[in-house]
Amino acid sequence: MTDPEVTLEQALSHGLTEDEYRRATDALGRAPTWPELGVISVMWSEHCSYKSSRPHLRRLITKGPRVIQGPGENAGVVDIGDGWAAVFKMESHNHPSFIEPYQGAATGVGGILRDVFTMGARPVALMDSLRFGAPSHPRTPTLMRGVVAGIAGYGNAIGVPTVAGEVQFDPAYDGNILVNAFALGVCRADAIFYGRAAGLGNPILYVGAKTGRDGIHGATMASAEFEEGEDARRPTVQVGDPFMEKLLLEACLEVFDARVLEGVQDMGAAGLTSSTVEMAARAGNGVELWLDRVPRRAKGLSAYEILLSESQERMIMVARAGMEQRVIDICAKWDLDAVVIGRVTDTQRFVVRATAGYDPLDGGPCPDESPVVVDLPVALLTDDAPVYERPCVDDPRPRDRWEVDVASLPFDPQADLVELLSSPNVGSRGWVWRQYDHIVRDGTAVRPGAADAAVVRVICEDGHARREKLLALSTDCNGRFCELDPRAGAAMAVAEACRNLACVGAEPIGLTDCLNFGNPQRPEVMAQFRDAIDGIADACRVLGVPVVSGNVSLYNETVDGGVPRAVLPTPTIGAVGQVRQASDVVTAGFRTPGDHVYLLGHAGETALGGSEWLTLRAGRVCGTPPSIDLPFEGRLQRFLVEAARNGWIASAHDCSEGGLMVALAECCALGGVGATVRLPDGAAVTPALLFGEGPSRVVVSVTPWVRGLFEQRVADARLPCARLGAVGGATLDVQGVLALGLTEIVDARESALERVVGAD
Amino acid sequence: MRAVVVQFPGSNADFDAFHALQHVVGVPTDVVFHKSTALPEGARLVVLPGGFSYGDYLRAGAIARFAPVMAAVREFIDRGGFVLGICNGFQILTEAGLLPGALTRNAHLRFECRDVTVRVDAEGPFTQGLRGRVLRLPVAHAEGRYQADEATLAALESESRVAFRYVPEAGRVTRLPANPNGSLHDIAGIYGGPRRNVLGLMPHPERMAEALLGGDDGRLLFDAVVRAALAR
Repeated sequence: MTDPEVTLEQALSHGLTEDEYRRATDALGRAPTWPELGVISVMWSEHCSYKSSRPHLRRLITKGPRVIQGPGENAGVVDIGDGWAAVFKMESHNHPSFIEPYQGAATGVGGILRDVFTMGARPVALMDSLRFGAPSHPRTPTLMRGVVAGIAGYGNAIGVPTVAGEVQFDPAYDGNILVNAFALGVCRADAIFYGRAAGLGNPILYVGAKTGRDGIHGATMASAEFEEGEDARRPTVQVGDPFMEKLLLEACLEVFDARVLEGVQDMGAAGLTSSTVEMAARAGNGVELWLDRVPRRAKGLSAYEILLSESQERMIMVARAGMEQRVIDICAKWDLDAVVIGRVTDTQRFVVRATAGYDPLDGGPCPDESPVVVDLPVALLTDDAPVYERPCVDDPRPRDRWEVDVASLPFDPQADLVELLSSPNVGSRGWVWRQYDHIVRDGTAVRPGAADAAVVRVICEDGHARREKLLALSTDCNGRFCELDPRAGAAMAVAEACRNLACVGAEPIGLTDCLNFGNPQRPEVMAQFRDAIDGIADACRVLGVPVVSGNVSLYNETVDGGVPRAVLPTPTIGAVGQVRQASDVVTAGFRTPGDHVYLLGHAGETALGGSEWLTLRAGRVCGTPPSIDLPFEGRLQRFLVEAARNGWIASAHDCSEGGLMVALAECCALGGVGATVRLPDGAAVTPALLFGEGPSRVVVSVTPWVRGLFEQRVADARLPCARLGAVGGATLDVQGVLALGLTEIVDARESALERVVGAD
Repeated sequence: MRAVVVQFPGSNADFDAFHALQHVVGVPTDVVFHKSTALPEGARLVVLPGGFSYGDYLRAGAIARFAPVMAAVREFIDRGGFVLGICNGFQILTEAGLLPGALTRNAHLRFECRDVTVRVDAEGPFTQGLRGRVLRLPVAHAEGRYQADEATLAALESESRVAFRYVPEAGRVTRLPANPNGSLHDIAGIYGGPRRNVLGLMPHPERMAEALLGGDDGRLLFDAVVRAALAR
């Protein structure tokens, strides 16, 4: 089969614009070859080039005293003391998960794990942030079952605990779900590996699974020239094999220990092409690849297919010259392929050689020399790729939806609380996290659902010393707030993720973000993106926490009757914190009858816009959204960490979805004990008071003998704080407003997801 | 006293077992690769850990029973050595015919990870003095539904070889059933071997052996087997 002729039409069908195609031909002084067109189109895709988002991402705060590696590598790296570092990143796998939920989600987990262990880190925890359509949408149950099973199928098997996450439902995700996977690892701070093709002449090794046709872009598959070969039309979703990845993980960590590598990178999006091009770019070098040697599992693969395949569980390693056999031997112990497929050059060009028609699966000898099929400047594919300053509207906030006549909506405190507790957006996530092995590796000190963040004990051991570190993890984003006010909503996502850490006694040390938005070519969407970046930056600046890694996922929208419908702008934040010592850890549930219950932060009404209560009542995302006082938030968070360290509080839980009443009910359910509370004197009982979701508010409980000290410290910190009542009994009794028994609370919470996925 | 944790390709709770033995209980512990054909000299306890040996392809534990190291484990059992199969280790022991019965897909067909309460129903080297105690231990498995034919179940009961049974937790408000997987007779673990020296169980005692992880009931099993080994 010969390659098709490259024409403008072919370029357009690869997703390039006419301008982009001209830019490529001008730079080359000729038309690209067929494989070159494939390479250019994937490297210039939004996914690889960040061409719409790059100008905005520069405004993020990415530096800080603990930052060892910021954005731009496979994952971010933050110092956790004693010579050790935390390595983490979050990434989206939205589109594949919508097409094939199990494999899409599974390979999302596999990909993010490789990003982390590529840096030399042993993965120690996973989180997932999921968004599905309306609970009543016919596809939602299938998608949710498939995604959760896929995450479980991969994470459980490879043996990395999934310790935290979030799940939200909104009709805006009906046609485009979000699956954002986060991984955290640890390594010695002096043994971090980078994706750099360094050292002229060094061998490039291909390690791991064999190459097939999976994952080659659907758009390119649609070209007419492929019609003759049936195999070439195989569906484009990647298939994951966690067993292979487990072997790859152990083999890689052993290779890293042997100190024989110059650089390493996983083959993720755009596979062999993107991994080797990026490695060359970071080192300022070129690479030459010999595709005839690439291990494969599908017959008759063309150069184009090998370069664009997204087969999973594959790595590229650049070894020090002469050390390749050591890599091959370690891989053999783990029964893995490891083959030299190229070398590092000083040409600053991406050169690929392949023999047309040669297939090692046919059994013939590998040709010694093969013709050049790709010869492109590395810079053309990276630094010189197109970048767009996309037009934005001035203000993307839907001000017409801010006005809502709340007084006209029905309101029944007791019934509404039960409805909220049993809402899929609020109730227990147990059905999800029980499917995840959240305790493997003997480190999960605070499990999912038990507190606002998970806490993982990590054993840091090298030849000299053995230390235990406690890392806290949380992920958050309220897309409804971001829809109503992208800048404030994004700032509140950062604030809540960090507040969750503070509630378990952890100091935030770094963030990763996964920015899920619609079509950037629409000025409203681009403005949402621009403002969300500013919101994240606002919060990072004030709270003193940097973004060290991240991912952008655009084009999350569907066309519905000719009208584009984007997802809620969802800049998901993954936050990592550090707890000083085990005795500092605080959880969310009330603990002991007699403990005092306080609300730290503003005790009155808060804005109802975007709240679960208002969305349920109005049937749409509307209302004036809450805003946030970031300096106040910072003081609150510092106080919480201080309080945890000094034993001033027995529990802490922030008010988020469902507001103050839901927070109190959750504290009761998690502690298995009731509470009697009284609302602030003179406050009118309104939805905004009970169910408003304003930020910077935390329910804490305090042991009686610490009460005086606690109140003094709160006053010193200039924080508003109202004593609400006391822990005890088997009922949440909000005097004069509602009274709900523990059994009713637990029943409501635990049945919430049954509405989506059914009871057993 | 030395212990061994066997590492199959795809084992993932080998680390957990090693950590609990070496650093919590304080037993010197070696990790032995599946390609080994012998166990280290002086080993008194062999743990087949949790995980997904060989990817659990075909059936959980079905391929691991052919691993080179399993011949040595079989011989160790015949000599009366203590063997503990946790989760995937239990599955491997049943697939290898070293314990009776089979562990099939959970009744609800999902992976299930949560704490359960189990009652100790049989005395043995891992449960000496614990009979009647109710322990809180975590489970984390997709294939933990213990099944066996009537005759086997009757024999397990009459010979008092049902080591652990799922029981409801007193005083806790929950909608979750006590038996997480639909096991017959609520069986969570059984004894076997020529001298009741083999224990297979689905819950993970090694993941609940220190207060930081939510409890230390699991440690009781390790302490008991160390006492049994030292008493011999």
